Amino acid sequence: MASLGVLLVVSVDSYLEAELDRRFNLFRLWESPPSRRREFLQANAPWIRAVVGSPNGCADAELIDQLPNLEIVANCGVGIDKVDLPLCRERGIRVVYTPDVVTDDTADLGIGLTIAALRRICDADRYTRDGSWKDKGNYKLTSKFSGKAVGILGLGRIGLAVAKRAQGFGCPICYCSRSEKPNTNYKYYPSVLDLAYNCHVLVAACPLTDETHHIINREVIEALGPKGVLVNIGRGSLVDEKELVSALLDGRLGAAGLDVFEHEPHVPEQLFGLENVVLVPHIGTDTVETTKAMSDLILDNLAAYMLNKPLLTPDIDKEYRRARLLAGWLSC
Amino acid sequence: MATDPGRLPQVLILGPKQGLGRAFSAGFHFIKPWESTMPLNLFLAAHAAAVRAVISTALVAVDAPLIRALPSLGFVFTTSVGVDHIDLVECARRGIAVANAGAIFSRDVADYAVGLLVDVLLHVSASYRYVLRGLWPVAGDFPPRCKLGGKRVGIVGLGSIGSEIAKRLEAFGCSISYFSRNKKPLFPYTYFPTVGDLAAESDVLVIACALTEETHHIIDKDVMLALGKDGIIINVGRGPLVNEAELVKHLIQGKIGGAGLDVFEHEPAVPEELFRMDNVVLSSHQAVLTIESTNDLVELAMANLEAFFSNRPLLTPVHGTT
Repeated sequence: MASLGVLLVVSVDSYLEAELDRRFNLFRLWESPPSRRREFLQANAPWIRAVVGSPNGCADAELIDQLPNLEIVANCGVGIDKVDLPLCRERGIRVVYTPDVVTDDTADLGIGLTIAALRRICDADRYTRDGSWKDKGNYKLTSKFSGKAVGILGLGRIGLAVAKRAQGFGCPICYCSRSEKPNTNYKYYPSVLDLAYNCHVLVAACPLTDETHHIINREVIEALGPKGVLVNIGRGSLVDEKELVSALLDGRLGAAGLDVFEHEPHVPEQLFGLENVVLVPHIGTDTVETTKAMSDLILDNLAAYMLNKPLLTPDIDKEYRRARLLAGWLSC
Repeated sequence: MATDPGRLPQVLILGPKQGLGRAFSAGFHFIKPWESTMPLNLFLAAHAAAVRAVISTALVAVDAPLIRALPSLGFVFTTSVGVDHIDLVECARRGIAVANAGAIFSRDVADYAVGLLVDVLLHVSASYRYVLRGLWPVAGDFPPRCKLGGKRVGIVGLGSIGSEIAKRLEAFGCSISYFSRNKKPLFPYTYFPTVGDLAAESDVLVIACALTEETHHIIDKDVMLALGKDGIIINVGRGPLVNEAELVKHLIQGKIGGAGLDVFEHEPAVPEELFRMDNVVLSSHQAVLTIESTNDLVELAMANLEAFFSNRPLLTPVHGTT
């Protein structure tokens, strides 16, 4: 049987790329200059049955349209906002991703950003390095984390992992999600606005969809308030970034810890140097172990597909449709 | 009718005004040297005879000469947990009771220790600097780091702070073991009889024990060797618990993986070699300092004073001094 033709949309981890090259028939889209991509795809489309992408680029409508033999899309990451799911469903294209392996690392960062924002860890590091301790005395008092109410937007795998860690700090947990989760004791709020009024730290850990775009808007930010903390480990566009910047500059929001942004790799420069803001470059899943685990999952899924064996990860479209059917995404 | 301040118990406050300036209770008269223009030694000489209690911070040595200069001294309250700045032997000789901050700071210190560890392992501060320098659009993604989950964490000192740290890190999927003066059977963690043994079986060492003669430089070259080149050291105890010169050398030579340090041997001096390192996170002895705990501390100080002056048990006595 001919090897599976795989289109790699963006540059990925070198191990994944090397293994894709070794095990399959690999086509590298980004090696073509943008003006020649249409030509490249036209020339190679007959052989391309699989697409591998990441949160930096995957299978949008334009790409899918140029690949008539596309059968499976593999997204290296758990955020699949760069995959046109409805179109894939329409064309019978399978979509697989990498759940579970990214859960712990992302949750670890969520709590790390929370503590860093409340206790000013990054600014204190700067204060110590630039000699201010000697010249100006002690750093100012910061805000306690233990025991503060943590509100989680999206109680999926990552949200649950954040909750588990926050409980170790004695934090009461509340959440807003597409549906109330039956197996937890956490307080449920049907709207993210209610959630923001009732927590001190709001952690955004839900997927980006049409409904959740800018779900954290000016109203929600102001409900969180001048002592509130926003931590975003989901997707940049969950938050209205312009409103966020304005609120932080005005003091209408207390602090923020951000791993994701609306227009990565660009970060609003007005936030640079604010002591109450921690900005990191989408490092949520960037551990050596997790990167390899994600790569292996992608490779094993493609290999299984090629051999007509069952895929290793749940059909993502089925997961999403079932969840929507259960509760809808109304006021959240 | 207000009581004449001279008839109230006289309580001397030693240390910076920050934090202690708010000490207030109608039952005592607080002597605050910073409100006078006199040089401290003359000020103290003028008030010494009447002082019955002292509130001090860890920055002020309550040593034998000071104690001898205060003939009526009966009680010392320190706003710190550490008591290495107090001559406990002299206090015992004079029958002076001593109380400290007890467990008030434990959670805040534990939070900060975890924050430092997450920052070192996940490169939070280092990647933040990367963003501030405008490197993300230009130089691409920040290099990958190691996972926190599954790391073996060895805690040196499983007291009030160490046990809070352990509880938090368990939720991150770390495995916990410890070294302490005494085994703690109530905790489910693995005990090691020496710090060297602990280091050999750990990926991270978190230092949270008291500074005493025995624990001075307890983290030495041998312990660092046992920990290994990928090992991380987090110190929220006291600077002299770690041989700082050796640590700096090990970091420079890549014989230790990284460090998160809130305390140093000669504060506020910090070895400048550390300033250029991305695998190190530094802070200025502030793991204890939150707004909430500072308020709690003032209340605790007042409560201890009231207990002392009404012959009731102190709330947070330092063992062996009452």
